[in-house]
Formats: sequence, C-alpha cells, structure tokens
Amino acid sequence: MTEPNTTQAVQEVIAALKDKPGALLPILHGIQAALGYIPADSVPVIAKALNLSRAEVHGVVSFYHYFRDTPPGKHTIYLCRAESCQAMGSAELEVHAKHKLGIDFHETTENGQFSLEPVYCLGNCACSPAMQIDEAIYGRVSASTFDDIINELEKSA
Amino acid sequence: MSITIYIPCDSGAVSLGADRVATTIAELAQQRGIAIDIIRNGSRGMYWLETLVEVVTDAGRIAYGPVQANDVAGLFDADFINGGKHVLNLGLTEELAYFKKQQRLTFARVGKTDPISLDDYLTHDGYRGLNNALNMAQADIVKSITDSGLRGRGGAAFPTGIKWNTVLNTASEQKYIICNADEGDSGTFSDRMVMEGDPFVLVEGMTIAGLAVGATQGYIYLRVEYPHAHKALNAAIAKAYQAGYLGDNIRDSGKAFHLEVRLGAGAYVCGEETSLMESLEGKRGLVRFKPPLPAISGLFGKPTVVNNVISLASVPLILDKGGEYYCNFGMGRSRGTLPLQLAGNLKHTGLVELAFGLTLRELLYDFGGGSASGRPIKAVQVGGPLGAYLPESQFDTPLDYEAFAAIWAVVGHGGIVAFDDTVDMAAMAKYSMEFCAIESCGKCTPCRIGSTRGYELMDEIMQGRELDKNIPLLRSLCDTLLNGSLCALGGMTPYPVLSALNHFPKDFGVNETTNVA
Repeated sequence: MTEPNTTQAVQEVIAALKDKPGALLPILHGIQAALGYIPADSVPVIAKALNLSRAEVHGVVSFYHYFRDTPPGKHTIYLCRAESCQAMGSAELEVHAKHKLGIDFHETTENGQFSLEPVYCLGNCACSPAMQIDEAIYGRVSASTFDDIINELEKSA
Repeated sequence: MSITIYIPCDSGAVSLGADRVATTIAELAQQRGIAIDIIRNGSRGMYWLETLVEVVTDAGRIAYGPVQANDVAGLFDADFINGGKHVLNLGLTEELAYFKKQQRLTFARVGKTDPISLDDYLTHDGYRGLNNALNMAQADIVKSITDSGLRGRGGAAFPTGIKWNTVLNTASEQKYIICNADEGDSGTFSDRMVMEGDPFVLVEGMTIAGLAVGATQGYIYLRVEYPHAHKALNAAIAKAYQAGYLGDNIRDSGKAFHLEVRLGAGAYVCGEETSLMESLEGKRGLVRFKPPLPAISGLFGKPTVVNNVISLASVPLILDKGGEYYCNFGMGRSRGTLPLQLAGNLKHTGLVELAFGLTLRELLYDFGGGSASGRPIKAVQVGGPLGAYLPESQFDTPLDYEAFAAIWAVVGHGGIVAFDDTVDMAAMAKYSMEFCAIESCGKCTPCRIGSTRGYELMDEIMQGRELDKNIPLLRSLCDTLLNGSLCALGGMTPYPVLSALNHFPKDFGVNETTNVA
C-alpha cells in the first residue's frame, strides 16, 4: 500500500499539470521530483486523469531511462559512459565505482545510500570523465576523487 | 569603489569547483574588508583553465586560472583584485591566443555577461534583432535567414530558411516553434554553454522564429541531464515575460509569443525531431514516418519549426546585422561560423567558434594542444556517437559539410572527441552497437534487432572467432542498418562501426590487405 502522503503528492502534481498540452511527461517529472520514483499504484490514477489506458502510461514510464518505478537510494550517482569520457578512462572508473559501492548499474547499495545509474553524456565532455550525484556535477573524476566524494557523502549521512 | 570579479556559473566550471572558489573569494574579501561584486558569468570555453576568475581593471578583464579554492588566499596576497602578479595570472582574457583567434558570433556574449541579467543582455546588443523583426514583413524575416545561408546546426545541416518558409506558407490556426535542446551527442556541449551562458539569445531567436512563421507558442525540449541550463532558461523566460519580450503583446506590437521549457527523460532518440514531438505530446519517443514533414504536420499535427539551439541562437545576430554579414563567413555551401567543441583526450579542451574551413589538424594541435596524455592521437570521432572515426591520414580535411561527406564522415553538431593510441577501435565499434541497442526506440526492425545482433557479432570478432565469416557479416548487417532504418540512430550507427573497421583493421584482428570494403 502507498502511504497517504504519497497519494496526496501524486494528486497534487496531477491537479497542477493535467491541463497542459502533452501533460504526461511533466506529470511524471513532477511525481519523480516529489517522491524519487513513479510508484506503480500511481499509474492508474494518472491514466484516469489523462483519459489514457494504464498500458499507455506504463509504456511511457518504461520507455524513458530517467523514470524509475522503484525508490532510489538517498543519493543517485550518474556515471557517464559515453565516448569522450571513455577517451579519458571512464571504463576503469566504472569498474572502480562498482567495486567501491559493491553494486552494478541500476542497483542500490544495501544501506540505501547510493543508487548507480549509467548516463550517456552530461555535456561536460571538456572535463572528462564526468559524473553527476543528485544535481551536483563533477569533472575530471579519478578513482581517488570518487572515493573522497563518496566518503564525504557517507559521513554526512 | 568596489571591484568586479567574474566567476563562471557554467556547470563545467562548477564541476571543477567554481562554486567553492566563489564562496572562498567572497569570504576572504569580507575578512579583509575589501568591497567586491561577484558576477557569475558563463564560461569563456577554455576548460583547462577553469575555474577562470576574471578581475575588471582599467586595462580590461584580467584572467587568473585555473583557480582552486586553496589558491584564493594567495591571490589576495598578490593583490589580484588590482591585477597583481601571480603564477596563475594569465593576462588579459581576450588576448589569450585560444580566445583571440576565434570568430565569436553566436557566442559573442557567452562568458562576458551575467547570463540572467536582461540589462546586461540589452547593453551587449541583445534584442536588436527582435526590434528589427518587429518592423519587418514575415517573408522578409525568412528571407534574411535564407540569405544568411544558415543550415541546421543540430547535425542534419538542412537550410533553416527553407524550413521556415514551408511553415510560413502552410496555413494553420496554430503553429509551433520547437527548440531541440536534447544535446545528447558525446563530445558536444555548445548548446549547454549557450543556455547556461546566454539564455536570452535563445529566447530572442525563438521569438523571432515565431514572428517569422506566425507561431505563437514555443517549446524548448531540454534534456533532463542539464539542470543548470534548466534554471537559467526559466530565469530568462520569466524576465522576458516581465519586460514584455514574451507574452500576448510583445513590446506593444500586438504580436504574441509564449515560451515554455519541457524536460526530456534520458532518451537519446528524442533528439530525433519526430521522436521529440511524440515525447512533447506525452508519448513514448517513437520515431514517426516522414512524410508528412514536421513543417507541414508536426507537433499535435500542426506546422512546426524544429531547430537546434545553435541554429536559433544564431538568428538574433542575423536579424541584427543582416543575412549577408553572416554569409560572408565560411566556405562553399557551409556559411557562417560553427561552434566546435574539443573534447576527450586533448590538452586544451573547450569551445572554439570559427568560420567553416579550418582543418581538423589545426583544431587538434593548434587549439587542442595535442593529447592530454602526451601519447599520439590515434583516432578522432567527429559529430557525436553516430559520427565516423577519422585516422591521422584524414586530419587535413577542412571542417565543411561537403568535405566531410566526401570522406564518408559527418560534421554533425561539431563535437570532436580525440583518443590516444591506447584505444581499442574494435571495443569502440562494439560500444557503438551497444549504445544503439540501449537507445533504439524499437519501431523499425533493422535498428531494434540489428544493433543487438551487431553487439553479439562484435563480441565474436573481438574473441577472434571465424573472422572470415563474421567480418563480411558485420558489413552486411551495417548495410541493412544504413539503408533500412527509419532514422539516423540505426541509419548512422554504421558510420563509427565501419570507419573503425576500415581505418583500424588491425584492432579487429584483420590483415589490412584482406580487409576490402
């Protein structure tokens, strides 16, 4: 069961945005911004408000890499895998990050602190390799700066 | 009198610590009782010097960089606020060779001004293009764009004036302007720099486009990976509404234009214009069949201009100075300037805006300074993940749409990613197939299945299995993707794959002489 405040958040987002042309993506962004993910039981609610089928809403949620249907960790790490970062050693950084966190892409650490997601370009190609944690962006990331950043975030947990 | 200090708010600079530098400078100035004004500007595009701090002096703006937070105390000790000597003092910013050699038209204000100050925008020639456009007939605005020779900077290089003319001449009660700000190509960041560093120029360009074709609603489809650009655009749009540059009655002209930013959600294929429109309509980003052209039946079935950020950001200058002014830059049928982006394994990465015609070698070595690792540059990918890999023997190709097409390569959005000799080109080809498989929208079979099959095939090839059978199979598969895909994602994935195979056969375990294309 979804918590009552979750249902309320979903309702508020829908009420504010449902009359926009092409409202589905703005609504999904609104819900994910409020809750961190799109709960499965919000799908029929969204579908009803927009006069769509549940399959159509589910299809949109599952099409876009950014939308998730499970709660993320406290921090989401987006590690760039694209060419420019590869030219500056992102493949090694990826191996290191997975080892340090003990998880693969699309997974969350057991303590719920970190989720790890691949990203295909952060537009920070002049400072490769790049990563983003929540909304903070980092450039020229090495294995040791990665550890420093993660350790710092863990300390402040 | 207080001293003005510029510290970039550009996310690239922030990724290297610009926010910490700004906070430290503010704190130390207060401790030392020095009155300063900090302006957060865009980046000058010299990322190896970020954080680049500029101090305004009587002689001009003096640059210090790369500055880190722990350098700040030393800078104050060296009296940097008066341009004092310090190991990080680079002299006048605009005299730096990398910057001085450029021809900055579209990027004229980026790095100079406060991005979200409308006053600063107006002081630096902002909204002059719109003021002209408000007094022009629609066909004349379109003619200026046609005369300028501007071609779409997103990658396809379609003449912008022709696109606008089609929308102008298609009767409809509602038309739309869409800015494609889904800059997903690796190695490209010029759209991001404009949106973060000079968002008003995009707002103005879209407003002019709206006036030209009779569209009253615009959408900026921005990728979700650009939170800084999102904030800057929303701030600029709010100010433009307040000052009457957007709304139902633009500058009391009786003409209307409304603008809204919409976020993508991490799908690379949504940079394809029909997929983008599906996404804006709230659907899965599946590519549409063409025809109908978006200019005739686009967003919500209405005539729609879809242009890239750089194309639209070039419009205000063209309307200010005239099509001919812009057309006088460039070579052949590639007119104007192209903001090139130097990325990957280069010493001096950053943004270089120049007229078309410079060679790749000049960019890589004169501007880029060679590889960051100090090893030889082995391959360069131009034009994003769907662009060809070029070997050293092709570095003398001039940056020009036709010259690149002649060597089976693309200029695309002007992103240049360099790799040193440690790169395994077979691994890069495998990655191209993997990327296509991850990002395929799934609508057409060659792309949906061919990409996964290509990934598996590259796996076989990299293990050296049955090369005499698998290499021809890879070529045949690429042929199917190239000719049978619905859009450029499947249709151009063969560019990096086959160029890697053709130019670097050894990495595929193939003898050069037996590798006949």
